[in-house]
Amino acid sequence: MWRQQKYDVIVVGGGPAGSTAAQYVALNGARVVLLEKDRDIGVPVRCGEAVSDEGLRIFVEPDPRWIKSTITRIQLVSPSGHEIEFDMKAKGYILDRRIFDYDLAQYAAQEGATIVTKAYVSGLLFDGDYVKGVKGQYFGEDFEISSKIVIGADGVESRVGRWAGLRTQLKMKDMESAIQKTVTGIDVDEHRFDFYLSRKRAPGGYVWIFPKGPHSANIGLGISGKYSKGKSAMRYLDEFLQEKFPNASVVSTFAGGVPCDKTLKKIVANGLMLAGDAAHMVNPMTGGGIIPGMRGGMLAGQTAADAIKKGNVSEKFLSQYEKKWHKIGGKNHERFYSIRNTIDKLTDEDLDGIAESVAKIPEEERTITKVFLKAVYKKPKLLYDVMKVFAGL
Amino acid sequence: MIEIKPNKCDFCGCCVGICPVDCIELREAEIEIIHDICIDCRLCEYICPIEVFEHVETAEV
Repeated sequence: MWRQQKYDVIVVGGGPAGSTAAQYVALNGARVVLLEKDRDIGVPVRCGEAVSDEGLRIFVEPDPRWIKSTITRIQLVSPSGHEIEFDMKAKGYILDRRIFDYDLAQYAAQEGATIVTKAYVSGLLFDGDYVKGVKGQYFGEDFEISSKIVIGADGVESRVGRWAGLRTQLKMKDMESAIQKTVTGIDVDEHRFDFYLSRKRAPGGYVWIFPKGPHSANIGLGISGKYSKGKSAMRYLDEFLQEKFPNASVVSTFAGGVPCDKTLKKIVANGLMLAGDAAHMVNPMTGGGIIPGMRGGMLAGQTAADAIKKGNVSEKFLSQYEKKWHKIGGKNHERFYSIRNTIDKLTDEDLDGIAESVAKIPEEERTITKVFLKAVYKKPKLLYDVMKVFAGL
Repeated sequence: MIEIKPNKCDFCGCCVGICPVDCIELREAEIEIIHDICIDCRLCEYICPIEVFEHVETAEV
């Protein structure tokens, strides 16, 4: 029984970041338990489920069972309806996160991690200024379990970091208030991502249509907390669906928060690490968090196992993880954050102007680079931010 | 005072991520505001994607 076992590492949260962290802790020889508060790994899905082939392959060979659609094209729709379609350089997928997340947990278990569901963590245990475990309820019964390291992969609603004194609260402008409906009974291009950029439709965010086959799609949107007061994401989405897909049947609905921030500067403390959404690792321009979460989980897991081996779980030792993340992902995210802020300044007229000039490029010559060049011709500030991004890649 | 409309919450955690004083307790399918800690800033109400929160004026005692 897991409550009587001794563990080196406790992972809180069973999303991609948590499962990947547990996998890499176990793979590197330490004893690890993953505690998930919900009854299932992978459910409920709170995600657009889009991922790049290239990103996924850093960690795993894509399994056809996870893939609902393979995407090769993107269409951007401007506020007044200009449609700009172009080929993606690399392909992407719409996943079935229920199956994907479940498999990630299984990989961790195969390496020797223990996975527990229905285990809610309500606080940390301390020994002096070191985190020494967690307390919580399992099927409503109290438990305490000690460890040398706790990894908080507890999502946008993360409290693990706060309990250890890290300020993980998001500012309103850095939180996307999101909602998605999986709809069926519609006709969509099953190989194309559709994005609607418009202040009117989704201020401070965008509407996405991610196909799941030819007749179903995840249709959702996020709006920045800067603009969410007075009109909720749900109202924006209902208006969009009413206009574009009035006869769609809704087979799934979820609300969610997407942290679109720079990664927290401090993601470790004595005996504690944060990964994934909890550490604000989501790409702040796209809102994509699966691959960054897995990367954070992998780096956290590796460092945690190393810390256990060396018998040093101090903040100083664990800050290796922080440094590695900031070197690989964190710096880029600062630049993406800057682009997000620039895009936020574009009015619907600006976006239409950009779309009109891009529409003049023949479709077969359209590349993401050319679209960007047209955009920056219209808005030179964007050029500066984009160059910073590419210079840093 | 902020209250939660019954049977409306989707337990997504958006409000927990924003709450400046950590006064929202969220479980698998339970949510609770700890009113002793709440500072009535209403950010949860403003961020909620599905309008779960309701601000109720309370008379000064």
